[in-house]
Amino acid sequence: MSLAAQLPALQVVVPMLTAPLVAFLRLPNLAWAGTLAASAMAFAMAVSLTLTVLGGVSIDYAMGGWPAPFGIVLAIDAFSALLLLVVTGASTLALLAGKASLDREIAVDRQPLFFAGWLLVLAGLSGIVVTGDAFNIFVFMEISSLATYMLVAGGPDRRALTSVFKYLIMGTIGATFYLIGVGLIYMMTGTLNLADMADRIGAVEDVKPILVAAGFITMGLALKAAVFPLHAWLPNAYTYAPNIVTVFLAACSTKVALYVLLRFDFVVFQGNLAQHDLQFAGFLIPLALLGIVMGSIAAVFERNLKRLLAYSSVAQIGYILLGAGCVSLLGLTSGIVHMFNHALTKGALFLAVACLGMSLARLRVSDIAGVGRQMPWTMAAFVLAGLSLIGVPGTAGFISKWYLILAALEQGTLGLFMVAVIIGSSLLAVVYIWRIVETAYFGEREAGATVCAEAPLPILALTWAAALANLYFGLRPQLPVELATQAARALLGDAL
Amino acid sequence: MQILGLYNYWVFVALLMIGFYAVIAKDNLIKKLIGLSIFQAAVFLLYISMDKVEGGTAPIIQPGAVDQIYSNPLPQVLILTAIVVGISTTALGLAIVVRIKEAYDTIEESEAAAMDREA
Repeated sequence: MSLAAQLPALQVVVPMLTAPLVAFLRLPNLAWAGTLAASAMAFAMAVSLTLTVLGGVSIDYAMGGWPAPFGIVLAIDAFSALLLLVVTGASTLALLAGKASLDREIAVDRQPLFFAGWLLVLAGLSGIVVTGDAFNIFVFMEISSLATYMLVAGGPDRRALTSVFKYLIMGTIGATFYLIGVGLIYMMTGTLNLADMADRIGAVEDVKPILVAAGFITMGLALKAAVFPLHAWLPNAYTYAPNIVTVFLAACSTKVALYVLLRFDFVVFQGNLAQHDLQFAGFLIPLALLGIVMGSIAAVFERNLKRLLAYSSVAQIGYILLGAGCVSLLGLTSGIVHMFNHALTKGALFLAVACLGMSLARLRVSDIAGVGRQMPWTMAAFVLAGLSLIGVPGTAGFISKWYLILAALEQGTLGLFMVAVIIGSSLLAVVYIWRIVETAYFGEREAGATVCAEAPLPILALTWAAALANLYFGLRPQLPVELATQAARALLGDAL
Repeated sequence: MQILGLYNYWVFVALLMIGFYAVIAKDNLIKKLIGLSIFQAAVFLLYISMDKVEGGTAPIIQPGAVDQIYSNPLPQVLILTAIVVGISTTALGLAIVVRIKEAYDTIEESEAAAMDREA
């Protein structure tokens, strides 16, 4: 077999095996370079897999040569390819940009271990995305979560510790709920392979345990994905994590949990349980709408810059769920496209915040008064990404909102209400982004405050690359839209 | 009898709720972690209960035995993995509590939160 055929396994194996190597490198620069190399290699593999999948083939890879359903199967289709691009891309971008920022926040002697943790997060998240086995998902979820706790706890503020403890408790409860659900399904079907489960659930006579399992799995993953009102861990974890870690996490960690939620729900439950689509929509659409409204309102009143963006993330998760809750081709497409676009937008915004963090000790909105004149390039990139968050035409954010509104309009009267909420929350986004822009450009720097120098070139250049990617995918959205449409088709399957 | 026959599952539910209660209601971070461990241990019991086959023996092939019934080994393997995950979580949680104790000089969640509010 050629090496190309092994790519699905290598996607996980490369970062996972590099992690212990990096931990033993005592030179932080070398550890960083090794991590970056592994991450870049993972990104290259993700691109290669995406190109294969775009040709209309989905890849099934039997681990160790054991055929499904007895062995563990890795399954790559358009949905997983899109998520792989997001995960490996965000990791590579953050690492490439972040050396200087990490040097400020992480003690030099701890950096090799920190980077080993980073690679484990990457391996875990990629593992969740490539695997087609329900229990495998649990194991990778815990690998990535445990390593994430470590990265977040590395933040310079002591409040990082209390927020990571909260994150650990809620994350573990979420994962355990998922485990209970998988156990109940295994009890009734005798399989852990997702595709096989979908075939066998139809033959189960007593569906009560399956319904209970669906509840546990949905709740567990909703906790992991920070779906409103289960988002309590997210704002503080994002706020007190090291700036570069926030870039990585905000771009992909909640999206991967949503990926599992959608995949599980649509592949396993949707076709087999009577009226499941109605229950799915009836449960998630109200939560999504509430999340959009409450997240945006909280962002409007928030004073800490990073927490403001974190609350906006809660609202964005609502958009993704709202699209998925429509249970239609357009709806799912819009949700999945938004996973990609929101990763670009939030990645760029948090990178700009990391630039600000290079010269500012504290990151409250009031602290950046007048910074627009001292750090013009950083703030310009922030504005560009902010426009994408609002959804101005020509940016990536517009594309996903456009699809979402089209999907909502298919839903009749309820759809009009959904459109009103989407537009209302976009206006709220204008308010909170404008508050930052106004303070930065029109506020006066306090007398005696330090003069801010522009951020170092690498981080600034990559912030701009991420911001310009928002423009590029706003003007040429073919790649994410094509992948998302393919993914939505595959998820809906028979229902179409 | 059906209800009594399922007593494993009743114990599972009871343990799950006891652990969950401790996680939510206790203020002491160590007690929260103990609750979390009980919560996870309950799930181990669920998996171990489901692998029992009536009249089944340990799943080791015995030479010469015909028509032997074996218990299902797969849930045992799965839960071995989950036990490892549980240990790692507890260890990491305790490590974080040690760091919290160093930084705040308390392991009561409310006291640490009060210090954050003052700061």
